[in-house]
Amino acid sequence: MSTLKNIAERFNLNVVSGDTEREVSGGYSSDLLSDVIANAQKDNIWITLQTHLNIVAVANLKELAGIILVNGRQPEETTLNKAKQENIPILLTELPTFEIVGKLYEYGVKGIKKS
Amino acid sequence: MLRKIKADLHIHSCLSPCGDINMTPSAIAKKAKSLGLNAIGICDHNSSENAAVLKKEGEKNDLAVFTGMEVTSREEAHILAIFDNEDSLYELQKQVYENLSGVNDEDLFGYQMVVNEQDEITELNNKLLIGATDLTIEKIVEIIHSLNGLAIASHVDRERFSLIGQLGFIPEGLNLDGLELSPAYMAEKGKYDYPMSSGLPLVTFSDAHFIDEIGKTFTVFLIENITVSEIKKALENKDGRSVIAYS
Repeated sequence: MSTLKNIAERFNLNVVSGDTEREVSGGYSSDLLSDVIANAQKDNIWITLQTHLNIVAVANLKELAGIILVNGRQPEETTLNKAKQENIPILLTELPTFEIVGKLYEYGVKGIKKS
Repeated sequence: MLRKIKADLHIHSCLSPCGDINMTPSAIAKKAKSLGLNAIGICDHNSSENAAVLKKEGEKNDLAVFTGMEVTSREEAHILAIFDNEDSLYELQKQVYENLSGVNDEDLFGYQMVVNEQDEITELNNKLLIGATDLTIEKIVEIIHSLNGLAIASHVDRERFSLIGQLGFIPEGLNLDGLELSPAYMAEKGKYDYPMSSGLPLVTFSDAHFIDEIGKTFTVFLIENITVSEIKKALENKDGRSVIAYS
């Protein structure tokens, strides 16, 4: 398994908040926060285009490793401040969801835990 | 004197791309009247352009009409803006159009008909009304309140396009006037179970897109006059005003 830091370096992600030493267990992608609450797993990296403050609370609640915001989207100011305060890693990429998810998958970050 | 007002404040007209072409202002007003509703609201997606005509149709039919809009936030949550008059609505419209991009494709999304009192099409709106604005949910609530309107989160029980579906839960500090539950929810659980209230007042409206859906659910307010400020008092349970029933 890889740390967020390795992933950030490898895919040129811009880390704007949080500690990136965390191990990533897998990935989850969805823009419906209700769905993320229902289905994301602990230590997943979450790929989304939502930038609202609630993403920090969801990452916290689900103990996610971090959040990648796609398509060059910037977090809202309130979101960024809260993420810094709560030590939730937010990473930015210019790539759209399909591209970044494809690259992560190829790199070994899978969506479903192998038992 | 306080009286019971049956209100269905979330109705789409033929201006909404998904609204049936038979949802003309005159047809909506007649149907609402025949059902015994006292007040209705027109809330088309991101647009106001049939509101004034429906208001006039309401006057002809002795039916109170709130001029409103169902705005799509950048998080793709739907929120109802409900006003007493068109002036406030048009101010909201200005800000919504400035933050709404794209052109409608009638084959994909449907016709967006602006009509007059004779049910004649005066214009086909070509904006992508089905799309999302670039306004945050917080900004939309702020604009609605600055214009003395009610801000009610639409169909919060649904997964898609609802505030709770899109954002997982009601954002902290969001100053909503209420949450709307859909007819499907009311039919299934509404009689005994309101798990999502989070302390906010609840209403139910039909979200009608077809004539036969008008009044499918409505909320009964105990109020004196049919105005936004009276409904706000009812939602807050103030001065003897209240929400007395859902149907």
